[in-house]
Amino acid sequence: MIKLNWIKPRWSFMPIIVFLCVWEVAARSGFFPGRLFFPPFTVVIQEFYNLTVSGVLTENFLSSLTRVLAGFSTGSIAGLIMGVLMGYKDTINKTFHPIFSLLYPIPALGWLPVLMLWVGIGEMLPIIIIFICSFFPVLYNTVTGIKAVDLNLINVARTLGASEKKILFTIALPLALPNIFTGLRLEAGMAWRVIIAAEMVAIPTGIGALLMKAESLLRIDIVIVCLMVLALMCLSFERFFMFAEQRLTGKWRQDA
Amino acid sequence: MPEIALYGITNFICRDINLNVKDRELLVLLGPTGAGKTTLLNVIAGLIKYQGTISFNDSSVDNLPARLRKVGYLFQDLALFPHLDVRSNIAYGLRMQGIPKGKKAGRVDELLKLMNITHLSHRYPKDLSGGEKQRIALARALAPSPHLLLLDEPFSSLDFRTSRYLMMELRRIQKDLGITTVYVTHNLLEAREMADRIGIIYDGKLEQIGLPQEVFFSPENERVSDFLGAPNVLDCDEYRTLREGLIEVSCGGMKIVASHDRGEVRKIIIFPAYIYVSKEKPPGPSLNRFMGVITEIIPSEFLTRFRVKVAERTLLAELNQDMFHDMGLKVGSDVFLILKLKWIITI
Repeated sequence: MIKLNWIKPRWSFMPIIVFLCVWEVAARSGFFPGRLFFPPFTVVIQEFYNLTVSGVLTENFLSSLTRVLAGFSTGSIAGLIMGVLMGYKDTINKTFHPIFSLLYPIPALGWLPVLMLWVGIGEMLPIIIIFICSFFPVLYNTVTGIKAVDLNLINVARTLGASEKKILFTIALPLALPNIFTGLRLEAGMAWRVIIAAEMVAIPTGIGALLMKAESLLRIDIVIVCLMVLALMCLSFERFFMFAEQRLTGKWRQDA
Repeated sequence: MPEIALYGITNFICRDINLNVKDRELLVLLGPTGAGKTTLLNVIAGLIKYQGTISFNDSSVDNLPARLRKVGYLFQDLALFPHLDVRSNIAYGLRMQGIPKGKKAGRVDELLKLMNITHLSHRYPKDLSGGEKQRIALARALAPSPHLLLLDEPFSSLDFRTSRYLMMELRRIQKDLGITTVYVTHNLLEAREMADRIGIIYDGKLEQIGLPQEVFFSPENERVSDFLGAPNVLDCDEYRTLREGLIEVSCGGMKIVASHDRGEVRKIIIFPAYIYVSKEKPPGPSLNRFMGVITEIIPSEFLTRFRVKVAERTLLAELNQDMFHDMGLKVGSDVFLILKLKWIITI
């Protein structure tokens, strides 16, 4: 078993290494029309280094990161609080469910034109877009998680002297964690995809904006650098929530 | 520990139930599935609405919510909190009541020891066997020192050997702690082994309540006798000990092997529900297997009961109506009966 654990991570990197080698060889072989439209991997890495050292990439990356963190954290917290209230109190659920059912299907980017008019083109715009993108999935996953808690567990807690508030915090919320994390994990990646799209369309700074500038200058190497940053950030955010979920629920979950 | 009194309990299932549970008594509520046994436990625990009055030691608890009734409840599915380890599960009730940390730890240790589960204290429910879960759920229910213990078919999901062992353990703990207990089951023999008194519930109504022998041998009405099925009581001609705990009894030409601990054996009791009936000769050794002839068929609401002449005795057996029909049995048919060792009662 120990031997296998050592081998496993090495093998998981193999396809990526093979992919990068094929990319490098194909780009340098001249098979595709010029380096301009299809730069080799090493050229992209060289550009990544240049952009980082010059501060262009770091500056745009930090702009995007700040927006994602602000929008995602406020959206998730709001979704969590609203989800808890709707999951636990039927009257609140009955009041808000019809409204949210109408708003949920609207894609986050669909709000862009109206938000540009309402809040203007500033820092608040992408943050609100990410807020909307994070709010609904966390909300619905929290409601589902809380409603799925076995009624017998709640009744046992009642007979053991727990008040409704204590039941919420000691039974319902911990047992809803796997569902809540599903929402957070999915939306952590989605938040990055949405911010890039929003910056490409309406915001002059950030990774999305850099990507658009590079495209207009036919700098495919910079476009690929931006896409690689996006891929790494989506993956890192998703992995972070997977790790947090495992740490918080792995001990007791049947399927963990 | 208080005496529990229920007056005119009525809701969507229960129909005007009046019941007294004496101090330190273990009352078994016996009845078929859907009779209203669990509903009645939920009513006592304050988990569902009802009309009528419930009092603990002459003071009404009708206005008290479940969390203030001081009732320990062992659910049929045990409902252990999956996200808490064994120790935290047991301590949950104490935590909710704000018991100081030191006192709480002491009480949990005491219960872990009482239930012989000290070695499991840091495990999670997903890593426990059925029997272990049972003990932990019981320890959790007992931890806040409840006035009353409610047990809803606690052993229904366990194998025979484990459930029997735990039944004995539960009885010992109940006697030691002197805790008033209401125990729900549909198993006749479990009821007989556990009960100080038995109450028969049928269709939301308490049909009869009394000592086990009164209920089993003097059913007050047709519904009770229909549910229990008049037991086969066989006089014992002679018996011999085969080995420790096992005897062979001669009853009118039948030689029956039964488990028996000590003392003289005068009669053997077998409930019709626990006689296995087959048209084909069953495989295996001929121990407690008898061939007989059906002499009478007695149809009832759900079951078909029939008398089978075996040697010089007649035994009452039963099958559900569909099965009886499928087997094509009629008066004069030969059948094989198997008396299951674990369900034979000696007195």
